[in-house]
Amino acid sequence: MNERIKKLRQQSLDAVPILSHERAKLLTEFYKSCEPQKHSVPVARALAFRYLLENKELCINDGELFVGEKGPVPKATPTYPELCVHSEQDLEILHNREKVWFRSSDETRDIILNEVAAFWKGKSIREKILDEVEQEWRDSYKAGIFTEFMEQRAPGHTVGDDKIFKKGMLDFKKEIQESISKLDFYNDTEAFSKREELRAMEIAADALIAFSKRYSKKLSELAQKEKDKQRKNELETMAGICERVPANAPRTFWEALQYYWFVHLGVTTELNTWDSFNPGRLDQHLYPFYKRDIESSLLTEEFARELLQSFWIKFNNQPAPPKVGVTAQESNTYTDFCLINIGGVTEKGEDASNEMSYILLDTIEEMRLLQPSSMLQISKKNPDRLLRRALKIIRTGYGQPSIFNTDAIIQELTRQGKSIIDARCGGASGCVEAGAFGKEAYILTGYFNIPKILEITLHNGFDPLTKEQIGLQTGDPESFKSFDELYSAFEKQLNHFIDIKIKGNVIIERIYAEYMPAPFLSILIDDCIKQGKDYNSGGARYNSSYIQGVGLGTITDSLSAIKYNVFDKKNFTMKEMLQLLKNNFENKKEEREKLLFFTPKYGNDDDYADDITRKVFESYFKAVDGRPNTKDGHFRINLLPTTCHVYFGSVLGATPDGRFAKEPVSEGISPVQGADVHGPTSVIKSASKIDHLRTGGTLLNQKFTPNFLETDEGIEKVLYLIRTYFKLDGHHMQFNVVNVETLREAQKHPEKYRDLIVRVAGYSDYFVDLGEDLQNEIIRRTEHTGA
Amino acid sequence: MKNTGYIFDIKKYSVNDGPGIRTTVFFKGCPLNCWWCHNPESQHTEPEEIDNCLFRWNLSYDQSKRSKIGSQVLVDEVMKEIEKDIPFYEESTGGATFSGGEPMLQIDFLHLLLTECKKKEINTAIDTTGYAPFSDFEKIYDNTDIFLYDLKLMDDKIHFEYCGVSNKLIHENLKKLSSRGNKIILRLPIIPTITDTEENISQTISFISALKNIREIDLLPFHNTAKSKYERMQKENKVVNLVPPTKEHMDELKNRFLQLGIPIKVGG
Repeated sequence: MNERIKKLRQQSLDAVPILSHERAKLLTEFYKSCEPQKHSVPVARALAFRYLLENKELCINDGELFVGEKGPVPKATPTYPELCVHSEQDLEILHNREKVWFRSSDETRDIILNEVAAFWKGKSIREKILDEVEQEWRDSYKAGIFTEFMEQRAPGHTVGDDKIFKKGMLDFKKEIQESISKLDFYNDTEAFSKREELRAMEIAADALIAFSKRYSKKLSELAQKEKDKQRKNELETMAGICERVPANAPRTFWEALQYYWFVHLGVTTELNTWDSFNPGRLDQHLYPFYKRDIESSLLTEEFARELLQSFWIKFNNQPAPPKVGVTAQESNTYTDFCLINIGGVTEKGEDASNEMSYILLDTIEEMRLLQPSSMLQISKKNPDRLLRRALKIIRTGYGQPSIFNTDAIIQELTRQGKSIIDARCGGASGCVEAGAFGKEAYILTGYFNIPKILEITLHNGFDPLTKEQIGLQTGDPESFKSFDELYSAFEKQLNHFIDIKIKGNVIIERIYAEYMPAPFLSILIDDCIKQGKDYNSGGARYNSSYIQGVGLGTITDSLSAIKYNVFDKKNFTMKEMLQLLKNNFENKKEEREKLLFFTPKYGNDDDYADDITRKVFESYFKAVDGRPNTKDGHFRINLLPTTCHVYFGSVLGATPDGRFAKEPVSEGISPVQGADVHGPTSVIKSASKIDHLRTGGTLLNQKFTPNFLETDEGIEKVLYLIRTYFKLDGHHMQFNVVNVETLREAQKHPEKYRDLIVRVAGYSDYFVDLGEDLQNEIIRRTEHTGA
Repeated sequence: MKNTGYIFDIKKYSVNDGPGIRTTVFFKGCPLNCWWCHNPESQHTEPEEIDNCLFRWNLSYDQSKRSKIGSQVLVDEVMKEIEKDIPFYEESTGGATFSGGEPMLQIDFLHLLLTECKKKEINTAIDTTGYAPFSDFEKIYDNTDIFLYDLKLMDDKIHFEYCGVSNKLIHENLKKLSSRGNKIILRLPIIPTITDTEENISQTISFISALKNIREIDLLPFHNTAKSKYERMQKENKVVNLVPPTKEHMDELKNRFLQLGIPIKVGG
């Protein structure tokens, strides 16, 4: 890392996350004008997008090699009042909360409350959603049965493919015009709305070009004034780049990266899409440019590395949009889940790793930044060398990259009906979600609290938290004569609440389709242009809607505890068990220990427990998978938590596995913290007993102390673990490499550990930015020292 | 033949007991009584009491086993556990290791387990003190892929003093196995002032130089991790005041052993 990068990196680390009123103010100005009323919804949205890009402040940081920020300065974070209007109290919370705060100035507060909120109140999507869903949805939401992703942020959950590296916005405009010219107004009843949508895309394409030209002009002006010869040269080159891209296809490595960055800003300015946006298979996209530039001596390897490092810093400058309420609890982080994919296979199915894969891994190691996230795709065809390189980064305790099974991802995607080529060109994004990059809308709609369903079942449909009868009356549990009777009641409740969630999802999907099209994003995802349909309205080639299951370990262990102790061994009656739960095991240490230590648990390769895991998986899969959404696609499942396992635990009483009330539930498909006592091979065996290939992603956490990975032999033995897990069709594995002492120290002296990054769940985060409960949980997670 | 035996643990993802990822079965009972033994719970054959110990391995989830170390198990029960990790052995060319204690002490039980492993094509290793009649080795050496063979003290008197038995049989058996062609990994505990003396080290090197088929030598530095086990078992810990060797010293030793032309590993 040279001096320039060091300085830019430090600036990025030091920048304070603040709320920016810029976007909200401009958007409000636009919608207050008569303009939107003259146009259809998509065209008005596109014009608003253009207004934002025409008027937002330009930001060129001293010495940087790429231009453009979401806000006026690094880490100034815009708000999206058309989706979520912030109240005075929200601003207060955002400003003052202990973790993941956003400071706001008096001016910003004044504008957001008096100009922005005053206009958008009653018109926002969040309010529409809460008005339109049914009472049973609201009751379940309040009880913490599920969360709702779209109440503050827009659907996104998609990733770019190679098209922007081959075509400019002008090429896309040609495609759009061609699509318009092919519209059949005589036979296609949707021809008019298609034309409006396509016109909107055209406006959006022009808007991004105009935005880059504003930068080009400003860079030229700066170049003229610049005294330093080298910087003057750079500024001139950058002005030339911004003149050329994104209007035209990029020709050089530098142009390719700046082009992507404009696209990133475009998507995330248009809406606050989940998981921001993501270049996807970056080593694949960049390698041809790199090779060409190096061969023609346009670029040195050294400068290519510097460009990548500078590019990395741009991601780190963009905290995730500010979230409040339950949404903040389910995804409590500055990370915006832009997950760079490295490795995997080519569209022909061959090993895709190349020189750029290793350069990107070096960049990750050297930059050690929170964002972007990174992952390595490992297929059986990729060399061990690639995996070894990644493990050597992981052992430094940085939590990145996470490791994914390409062969599993491809099978998951083809099972869902994607072509094998689209599947091979895909990967994983967000936390662990499999997708066909550039061709799929794979929307995460909300987390689902599986252990809570058991609590409701054990109370005959009554929720002890909200004191409401929100579930079905499936019978007094004391009357159940067998485990099967209990399980069948649990399954009925599960189906009942999944139905409620799906009905809500269908309503919310239509709200976005009607009111919140995303014409700019639609340009980037096939086949929106071809079909004349918006991304939010089913324009993508593939449309999947996910409900993410949480708490597989906790539900398994809880059901196992009842089966084992109540029905098999008769250690307790059901009545006694319910009493234990009601009293949160108060003064019942011995009974609780029986449940904790002498009951079969998930994560130990013990079929007594793991058969229950298989059963719950099947029930969850059947309840969700294959049901139609409103975009000609289907509902699917995946198993990941972000930080939602903490929230879901907080709304849940004591559970039969010995967990105290309010403690977090298990995360992803990892065992309950501390329940796995036979080491990582047993965890992997248990985790592979669910059918990963019928999901769209699962998350498995493993923790190692640094000394285990110190030696090359230690690295080899972890490599074998990963290869075996993937042979067993495991989807993903991530590692926390820190010792407990370090974490405790960091908890005591956060100030000294501001750079300590740990793996949370599908992403890495600064340890000191995590809530205390989450910090404690990470400390508790089983250490597999393998000593 | 006896199809049950006494063991005190089965450890998965065992990465220091032979090549690859292994499952190590710890036999209970040992004819030696080494001062530095880090598995004091392995010495007696019969199950014994220990304080504050929750067992990782608990076949029957029986609470009564909580404070008892060791249990009598069937060959089938052990095989069931070993077979669970076959995918890992295959990926890493690992397998099963029988350790202890001294696995040779329960030769019939060991023989059955090794035969079962061979039937299932699972790679096998025995971690042995070498203190057993050679006729017992004859029963099992065809079904054993690797011997992890301990070599402690060259001087018979000193060996007797610190390990409780003569080293003659141990050394004779090693020579026989070596000349017969069995794969052997030698394991040398480096115990300050006891095995780690100039005399013992040079005698050890010259002894090894006459052997064949030694695939690797593991130098195992003394560590204090068994301290609390001794306390909880209320056993006398005779090496409580020893200080573990430094990394630099281990590197020096490694360099000395390298003259044998055999791969040397520090730690096992």
